[in-house]
Amino acid sequence: MRQLRAAWVRLLGFFGLGATCTEFDAELASHLKLHIDENIRRGMNPTQARREATLSLGGVGKTRQAYRERSGIPVVENLLQDIRYAWRQLSKSPGFTFVAVITLAIGIGVNSALFSIVNAVLIHPLPYPEPDRLVAVHASKPNFEEGSISYPNFRDWQRENHTLAALAVARSTSFTMSGMGDTERVRGNYMSSDYFPILGVRPIAGRLFAPGEDEIGRASVVLVSAGFAQRKFGAAAESISKNITLDGRTFTIVGVLPANFNLSLRSFRTTDVYLPIGQWQTEGLTLRGAGLGIHGIARLKPGLTLQQARADMSEVSRNLAAAYPNEDRGLVANLVPLRREMVGDIQPFLLILLAAVGFVLLIACVNVANLLLARSKARAHELGVRYALGASRGRIISQLLTESTMLAVAGGGLGLLIALWGTSAALKLAPTSLPRAGEVHLSPAVLIFTATISVGTGILFGLLPALRIAGYRLQDALREGGRGVSGARSRMQNWLVIFEMASALVLLVGAGLMIRSLFALSQVDPGFRAHKILSFSMAAPYSPKNSTPAAARAYVEQVDRTIARAPGVQAVSISWDAFPMGDDDEELFWLPSEPKPANSNDMHWAVRYRVEPEFLKVMGIPLKRGRFLTDADRDPSPHVAVVDEMLARKYFGTNDPVGQQLFLNGENGDNEKVTIVGEVRHVMQWGVAEDSSNELQAQIYLPLAQLTDGQWVSADGLRPDIAVRADDSHQAAAIFPDIQAAMREMDRTAVVYGAETMDEAIAKSLATRRFLMILLSIFAALALLLACVGVYGVLSHLVGQRTQEIAIRMALGADRGSVLGWVMEHALRLSLIGAAAGLACALLLTRVVAHASIFYGVRFYDPWTLVTVMVLLMVVVALATYIPAKRATRVDPMQTLRTG
Amino acid sequence: MGTKTDVWQGTLALMILKTLEMMGSQHGYGIARRIEQTSDNLLKLNYGTLYPALLKLEQEGAISSEWGISENNRKAKFYKLTRAGKRHLARGAQDWDTTKAILARFLSPAGEA
Repeated sequence: MRQLRAAWVRLLGFFGLGATCTEFDAELASHLKLHIDENIRRGMNPTQARREATLSLGGVGKTRQAYRERSGIPVVENLLQDIRYAWRQLSKSPGFTFVAVITLAIGIGVNSALFSIVNAVLIHPLPYPEPDRLVAVHASKPNFEEGSISYPNFRDWQRENHTLAALAVARSTSFTMSGMGDTERVRGNYMSSDYFPILGVRPIAGRLFAPGEDEIGRASVVLVSAGFAQRKFGAAAESISKNITLDGRTFTIVGVLPANFNLSLRSFRTTDVYLPIGQWQTEGLTLRGAGLGIHGIARLKPGLTLQQARADMSEVSRNLAAAYPNEDRGLVANLVPLRREMVGDIQPFLLILLAAVGFVLLIACVNVANLLLARSKARAHELGVRYALGASRGRIISQLLTESTMLAVAGGGLGLLIALWGTSAALKLAPTSLPRAGEVHLSPAVLIFTATISVGTGILFGLLPALRIAGYRLQDALREGGRGVSGARSRMQNWLVIFEMASALVLLVGAGLMIRSLFALSQVDPGFRAHKILSFSMAAPYSPKNSTPAAARAYVEQVDRTIARAPGVQAVSISWDAFPMGDDDEELFWLPSEPKPANSNDMHWAVRYRVEPEFLKVMGIPLKRGRFLTDADRDPSPHVAVVDEMLARKYFGTNDPVGQQLFLNGENGDNEKVTIVGEVRHVMQWGVAEDSSNELQAQIYLPLAQLTDGQWVSADGLRPDIAVRADDSHQAAAIFPDIQAAMREMDRTAVVYGAETMDEAIAKSLATRRFLMILLSIFAALALLLACVGVYGVLSHLVGQRTQEIAIRMALGADRGSVLGWVMEHALRLSLIGAAAGLACALLLTRVVAHASIFYGVRFYDPWTLVTVMVLLMVVVALATYIPAKRATRVDPMQTLRTG
Repeated sequence: MGTKTDVWQGTLALMILKTLEMMGSQHGYGIARRIEQTSDNLLKLNYGTLYPALLKLEQEGAISSEWGISENNRKAKFYKLTRAGKRHLARGAQDWDTTKAILARFLSPAGEA
């Protein structure tokens, strides 16, 4: 109660109500008068009486301060006072303020920018209810830890598990849409009914798929995106119950998905149309052993752990393996947290970048701390005066902290602008694999982050100098004009410079190793001549033109001829299955020397390229032995195959594979014996950086012309991929429009789409590393720049402070060269110590990073990189120190010594 | 500071209240002198520290103040005890007695060991 009353009165006092300071002054004056009166009564003379009374009252200033603190809310009042004072101080030295604010803005800006990316990508990758219960589901098989799930297995998993609230699968694809203007390709997904409910996505019009509606043989319904509904029908509600034609079949729109729905997974991407998986008219759908690229997601039942779900699903898989040993032996459901599935690959990259910007911010802080220390000479005097006038040590420290925090907040404000610009710039460079890149923006979380690091850094870089200054005997500072302080201060500055150098070097090493990695990757020979290769897809809907094997064969030959005639095309080949750096597909086989394996999981695997004779020429793959496929390799001639050097070495050792035979398992178990007629160079199927780490290395080439009749005809129509090589006078990207035109002329119902040059495909496979390299290089350059500003500042200060010493040296006979050397040596010594420390740190850190396999073809202690960045650092430091050093040589000894 | 015993805050408040109880209405200087005299000049009171303490007591409602004229015709601010102040003093004195008794038991040489 008493405290409450006191607090109220103080609050009034804070707003200038109640007792005022003038009243207190009157009271003090009356106190003095009473005391003087009494002293005179005791016989002192008036002067003596006044002096004694004043002394025993103590410092009036301090009393008034204590009284004022008691009568208002001192914290807030002091703060306001400090802020006003700091504002005056900072505006008095605009140069210092400018440099400090810019430095901090850079440090805070890059941090906020990166945080806004990390926040969206790593911290909130799943904008769905209870994201911790979401998992991605794959089928783990002997060669593929995250293999695709067959439709029959999916249904059994769905029915027999006890731990999943729901399990759903999807497969992304594309369709030819006709009947609404020009025939066009639309991207879509086949999916099971529970997919959207698992994610908590609700339609903005109509409904989602009903339970059971995803089964084979049900009504042809379709969900569409909000954008699609808007584009085609004007509004979401308008589209409901309308029909669209996909691959020649009619589907009725039953629902529209929200515009903000966005998800990108291995087997699912945000598209315009979504079909029930039962509508997929492929023979493989009903085959338990088929690998159709179907993957799943699931939501765990509430309260269950991932371990429990994994154990349950393993049990389910084991039962299936016992029931269907041929297809399911060795096959286990593989549950991965959805968050890891989405961000697992990008996570180490972003964390490295976050650490890098952390270093940049630290360097910025150190720089400003250095500037503050350098200013402390002038400040020591001023603060001494304030101390003498009654300011407590705590008040002085809080005053200094207010100043540094104001600098940091100004830096933070400016940093936010840098972040705004930097985020969008960084996202332009970002690889497409960056999940949720579209969601990156300056969210409240980012603003809070920026505000926190601004205030935090203000205290961080302000506290050290503040404690330093306040730690001196401030009275002495007043007496000596601050001279007693300088020794300790420059020692501190030296340490700060060393720290800056070390941090900068760590970043330089990181950037250096990344540049080396990328260089190494660019030098990697993918096994083919990537330049001038263009690949694209073709889709011809099911029609009489491809409804029999003979018609389809004839049609494909016509496509070949048409494209070959297009301007700029040097060679063309259809590619039916796998394609380097693109789709993959596998062939199962066994050797004649082996008994036929009891089930497919015991067979050997090879990447299968189903191509035409021109493929070798299109890709520029060197032939090593025998011959490649020719036009003569067509039915009824014996079936042949060409293998790559990896398959040859693995299965035939040093023997010549040419003439050897293989048994192929075939698409539907229709075994086929082929004779190897040639061996070619291994090509990088899995991406430049990733190829060697993939277990599946063996590759096999089969002639398209020997495809079995059953594989030619499909209800989906004909959908081959096509690869062409541009001739010398054309760029690969430039020939596509002519190919499109030629194809349109040949068959109006067919579409060619999805053109990509091999150069682009390779660049895409390196995009994440490139992103990391560019950003790391930028951050390292910033760190280097800031560190140089730091060295420059410290040396300028040193030279200014030691003018006398330099003058004496020169008076005693030191020539200008030796003075220059003395200053430069000082700087280089600091830098060397810093660089050595940084090197140790860098080795430690890069060793950790090396485990994340981010670097390629370069060891973490790569001497070439280490020496280069050391030399770079030294050269830059030497440049930064040259100006202050040169100034030292211009000291005029006579002048300095006379005036000093 | 001097070699005499310094007064600390809580105790000072109690001394002020007791002094005002004894003397009725009194101004700051008078209170200070009175405290020194009562302590036989053993206490060294920095007069300046008195005023924040007076202000605190007034804010808490233990004392009230008004301007008046001193015995030798000087204008001065006079403080006097309020009813709450009297209660505060009684409680404070009791607390102090208890503390004193406890400490005495610790410090007495003829402890019951």
